[in-house]
This record gives sequence, structure tokens and C-alpha cells, in this order.
Amino acid sequence: MAKRITLGAVALLLVIASAYASFYIAPQERTMGVIQRIFYFHVASAWAGFTAFLICFIGNLLYVWKRADKYDWLGVSSAEVGLAFTTVVLITGPIWAHPVWGIWWTWDARLTSTFVLWLLYVSYLLLRTLIEEPDRRALLSSLFGIFAFIDVPLVFGAIRWWRTQHPSPVIMGGQGSGLEPTMKAVFFFSVIAMHVFMTFLIVERYILEKTKAEVDILQREVEA
Amino acid sequence: MSLLSNTLTLLGKELRTEFRSRELLTTTSVFILIVLVLFSFAVTPGTEEARQFAPGLLWLAILFASSLMFQSCFLREQTNDTLSSLRLAVSDPFSIFLAKLIANTLFLLLTELIMLPFFAIFYNIPLWSKLPVLFLVLLVGSLGISIAGTAISAISAQARMRELLLPLLLLPLLTPVLVVSSLVTGNLLDREPIVQWKGIAFLAVFDLVFLTALWLFGEYLLEE
Repeated sequence: MAKRITLGAVALLLVIASAYASFYIAPQERTMGVIQRIFYFHVASAWAGFTAFLICFIGNLLYVWKRADKYDWLGVSSAEVGLAFTTVVLITGPIWAHPVWGIWWTWDARLTSTFVLWLLYVSYLLLRTLIEEPDRRALLSSLFGIFAFIDVPLVFGAIRWWRTQHPSPVIMGGQGSGLEPTMKAVFFFSVIAMHVFMTFLIVERYILEKTKAEVDILQREVEA
Repeated sequence: MSLLSNTLTLLGKELRTEFRSRELLTTTSVFILIVLVLFSFAVTPGTEEARQFAPGLLWLAILFASSLMFQSCFLREQTNDTLSSLRLAVSDPFSIFLAKLIANTLFLLLTELIMLPFFAIFYNIPLWSKLPVLFLVLLVGSLGISIAGTAISAISAQARMRELLLPLLLLPLLTPVLVVSSLVTGNLLDREPIVQWKGIAFLAVFDLVFLTALWLFGEYLLEE
């Protein structure tokens, strides 16, 4: 319990600190002005969301391989948390896009593939609600999760065929890309903060799922 | 070697079951025809606009038709309780999938073949000179749809609300196929046709990725 509270407190402090840093420490961007500051929140959430889906994929693979319930709990927990972060990305994106591009939404590669990613994991969670038997639910949703995850690079590759309007990658991009050093520091700090926050959420959701399973077993014992 | 002979025997069974009643082929063909006619009300046919939209509409119709067509793929085995005997009969469960996906690809290609003349006439698009490449695109595209569709129908057959669940799981997964195949078909049917070999290769990669995934994880989909 103490560990959980510590992790929660650290996550909260880090998120507050990164919000402070992105508003007051990071320098003002020359052309976009203040709206650019949403970048620290938007991209950090995106990365945290993708990491959560990666954890979900690993959980799914481990479940198919080992058949231990804990990997199923890990899968559903990280899928939900990843979905929450992706939702944040899909909301903060248009908030930034409207003043900068003049439109809320454009069907560019990264927007569209993030949206398809979001849809795939919504389907994953929906599938879980439609299978009663716990073992079958865990196995089939894990298999769907695996298919969904390997689909993501294909979706991205396919949509890259269209012209893309999204700003070209500033992190790990080509030549001429890159961030001013203070911006970079604030950005990576935000990424770390979001990842700690994501970890905290997954841990909490995992414990909830575990408790649910235990209650389920007890209930069945009482009924039997 | 036994994989090949098992697959061939099962493929024979799939084809015999279908061609006895021809239920699937007739209903799907009529469905696609209805969709094509309805599309013509959404965009004014004969215009340059309709010409541009037509390839996308064609593939969307194929995608919707496939999500209807694959419903019965594993459901038929379930209602007759033949899946466990099938699993006992073959040495590698992959041959069950292989037979079903080849049969599905053939059915899909057949309905497309029935539909193409209507498509060419309704939307006033000359197809004759482009047929060989168009067949290639239809083949790699339909193969991708069938591979993913066969895997997903094994999942959805074991859940509640399966008729709704199959398109829900399958359609987002097929985004890459829809994007690339409608683009390739569009370029092919243009007034100055271009053969997008890169796109056809991409579709082949999609097929290969999902076929490998099905080969690796297929047996778990059929677990009792």
C-alpha cells in the first residue's frame, strides 16, 4: 500500500512539475507562440500511450504462451490506460491544429493511424465484454490484441502513401529537425512524467482487475 | 506434406458445401450489387467525381461483403459441432485455416468477378485493357481480406453478438488493405493509368504478415 501511495504521489508531482516546466521554463516558440506548449503534453501522452499498448502486446503474448491470469490482467489494464492516453492525444491534437493549421482534423498518416489504433483497442475491450468464460475471454482477446498490434505498423505504412500534413518528426527526425536544448529537456522530462503516471495507472488498474478476479472466485464458491 | 494433402481435402469439403447450396455466393453477389446501386445515389454517376470515388467504393463494397461472407465460416462448424472432429482429423490445425482462407479467397474472387461488369457499366469505367493487373490487385487484396477475416471469424464465432462483432473487429484491421488497394485500383483505372507495383507489393507483405501470424497463433484460436 505504501508503495502504491508513493508511486501515485511521485507521478502526480512529476506531472505537475512537467506542466509547470512546459508553461514557464520552456521558451516561447517563434511562429506558433503559446499554443506550441501543448506539444509537451500531446507528444508525451502519445509516447506513453504507445508504451502502454506495447506492454499490452507483451502481456498478450505472455498469456498465450504461459496461460497465467496475471498476464491477462496486465493486458486489459494496459489496453485501457493506453486508450485513455490515446484519447488525450486525439483531443489535444485538434486543439493545437485548429489555430496552427486552421482546421481541426486532417486525414494525415499519424492522425489517421492513431485513430485506427484507438479503434482497434476499443474493439479489443468490446470483445472482452462479449465473452463470458474467463479463460476463453483471456485467450481470444490476447490473440486479437496480437493481431491488432502487428496491424499498426501496416496501417501507418499504408497511410503514409497519402500526403502527410503532420509536422515532420522533430525528435529522431531527419536533418534540420530538432529542438532547442531547453525545449528538449522539458520535453523529455514530460515524457518521463507521463510514463511514470502511466505506470501508476496500469498498476492501479491491474490491482483492480486482480481483485475482481478474486471476488469472482469467491462468489462462485459461495454459490456452489 | 500432410499439411498440403489435409488442406486440399478440407478445401474440397469447403467448396462442396458451398457449391451444393451456393447460398453464400448468391447472397454476397446480390449484396454487392445493392451497395453499388446505392452508391450511385450518393455520388452522381457518370461525373468525374464518381470516377474518382469509384475504386474506393468498389473496395468498400468488397470489404462489407466479406464481413458478411465470413460470418458462416466457423459458425457452420459450430452449429453442426464438427470443429472438434476436424481438429482430430488433421495433424496440423493450420490446414483448417489454410483450407478456409483459400475457399474464402475463391468465393470473394468469384463475387468480384460477377460484380466487375456491373461496376464497369454503372460507373462507365473501361476495364478491358487493365484486366490482368486488376485481377492481380483483386487477388492480393482479397487474399489479405480472407486471411485476416478467417482468423477474426474464428474469434467472433465464440463470442456473443457475433454478427456485429465480426465487422467491428475486422474492418479496422483491414484499413491497410482498403487504403492501398483502392489507391492502386484508382491509379489503374485513371485516364492515364499507372501500375503501382509498390502498392501491390505492400498488399503482398500484408498477406504474408497475417499468414505468418495465423500460422503461429492459429491453433490457439481453435482451442476448446
